[in-house]
Amino acid sequence: MHQLYTWVFEPGFFASPQVRVAVTIGGVAAVVSAVTGVFTVLRGQSFGGHALGDVSAAGGSGALLLGLSPVAGFVGLGVIGAGVMDLIGVRRVRGRDLATGIVLGAAIGLTALFLYLGTFSGATAGAPQTILFGSIFVITSGTIPVVVILSVTALATVAAVYRPLLLSTVSPDIAAARGVPVRVVGLLYMLALAVSVGLSSVAVGAILSTALLIGPAAAALRLTSRVSRAIVVACSIGVGATWLGVLLAYDSFYWGSSQQGLPVSFFIVAVIFAAYLASGLAPAARAAAARRELAGPAAAETGPDQIAA
Amino acid sequence: MFASFMTNAWIVATIVAPVAGVVGFFVVLRGSAFPAHAIPKGAFAGAAGAALLGINTLIGLGVFSLLGALGIGSLGRRGRHDVATALALVMMLALGAAFLSRTTEYEPEIYSLLFGEVLGVNSGQILPVALLGVTCIAAIIVLYRPLMVSSVVPEMAEAKGVRGHLVETGFLVVVALATTMTVPVVGALLIFSLMIGPPAAARSLTSRPGLALGLSVVIALITVWAAIAASYLYNWPVGFFVGAFGALSYGLGRGWAWRRTRAVAARV
Repeated sequence: MHQLYTWVFEPGFFASPQVRVAVTIGGVAAVVSAVTGVFTVLRGQSFGGHALGDVSAAGGSGALLLGLSPVAGFVGLGVIGAGVMDLIGVRRVRGRDLATGIVLGAAIGLTALFLYLGTFSGATAGAPQTILFGSIFVITSGTIPVVVILSVTALATVAAVYRPLLLSTVSPDIAAARGVPVRVVGLLYMLALAVSVGLSSVAVGAILSTALLIGPAAAALRLTSRVSRAIVVACSIGVGATWLGVLLAYDSFYWGSSQQGLPVSFFIVAVIFAAYLASGLAPAARAAAARRELAGPAAAETGPDQIAA
Repeated sequence: MFASFMTNAWIVATIVAPVAGVVGFFVVLRGSAFPAHAIPKGAFAGAAGAALLGINTLIGLGVFSLLGALGIGSLGRRGRHDVATALALVMMLALGAAFLSRTTEYEPEIYSLLFGEVLGVNSGQILPVALLGVTCIAAIIVLYRPLMVSSVVPEMAEAKGVRGHLVETGFLVVVALATTMTVPVVGALLIFSLMIGPPAAARSLTSRPGLALGLSVVIALITVWAAIAASYLYNWPVGFFVGAFGALSYGLGRGWAWRRTRAVAARV
């Protein structure tokens, strides 16, 4: 038994301070991303969600250059980018793709400039890699309070507009007819998304930011059509994948003889990707169950928030 | 500015820009901006893999951009297209992170692969870039009608027997080819700006598809030439200027379209 235990948790896993920070921050980022991600997937704004990560990375590299706090840079420019995208046409489905692309292109150009200027000041050695990939094993525990406060703000925003947001996501026309301020709700959601993405970009890196935003939510929406349930499922998948990934990355130092681990982001993304692929099998299983159920009285549950995913 | 060490840069940029203008026109028309961003960015991971194995970077880029295109195509068949793109992208980047963690000599190259090194092109790179460019243009000519029809009136394309999924996958493969040739020159991230800004500006200037395609090529050429000149003069990275000029041309195009609709409204 003990052998199995040390095989699963290599020695020192629970004592390592880096692991503790990674588990805490990774868990927080996973929850916030999963909640905002469900709406991102439903609204078809995956591109925006990913692009905001790159936009906030431009802020991060700018902050590095000016000597500001990276969190301020990431979240600040992410929020500005979300505002600009909303302004030049993120609302209309046709213009959304293009508006996102233009903002993204400009932000990438800025990143190129900031990183280039930064190499002269010597502050950004290895920065391209950090900005692109990030690593949750390098976060200091001093960052945790800021991350938690901003996460709570983003979650509170989504919670405050939950009903109108849901309605305007499912049917903007009905929402507008019922007097929901669709534009304001959409903008508030974009800002919450920007905070959430900027936060996870600085905390866990750009790859994981997109992976945690889209993967768990997309898998959850394939498993259940109730939005409230999908949020819970997405949070579980996100947190589970993050912790499993951290564990695998820690253990990977002991695989083989090279004593060289693989990056934690690789494992987390691999777990999320596998979960998404596995969730694709669910509709087939559900269809089989439905066929069986057709024989008896169909007691389908219908709620106001039931949506065909 | 036209010194001998700059010659290669001018030649390669002049090959890359029309290809980006033509492929980008369809990217904008079809609303495929996300795949057009994801394929080059994911292909970057292939370059990291090639560095690890010690093979030619172009092969790594080609393999990964093709994998990305086919992955997005097949994942997008069942399930949401943008979700498929996002997940294919993060999976490729995660592999890239794993490759990079295994090699140490690669780090200085990252910046130039991401943001481009148009001023560091050597003459051996010109021929492969030109060949891939010609292939891309040829593929677009072959696909021209089904692409046009399925982009503008998808219902009619279905009725005419154009298989939307095949056309989409074929188009993504063309994007992948364009990526392979351009990443070493303008960088994984900025080829995207070149494929979005100029075509978007062209589309807001005219609604006639043929004219817009031509304008898109012209604006892409001007953008790249101006970016190289500015980069030479101010010694800032060429990628910054490509991004800035791309966004600027789009802004000018939108401004022009706005003025025109106002003028029409005033006449009525």
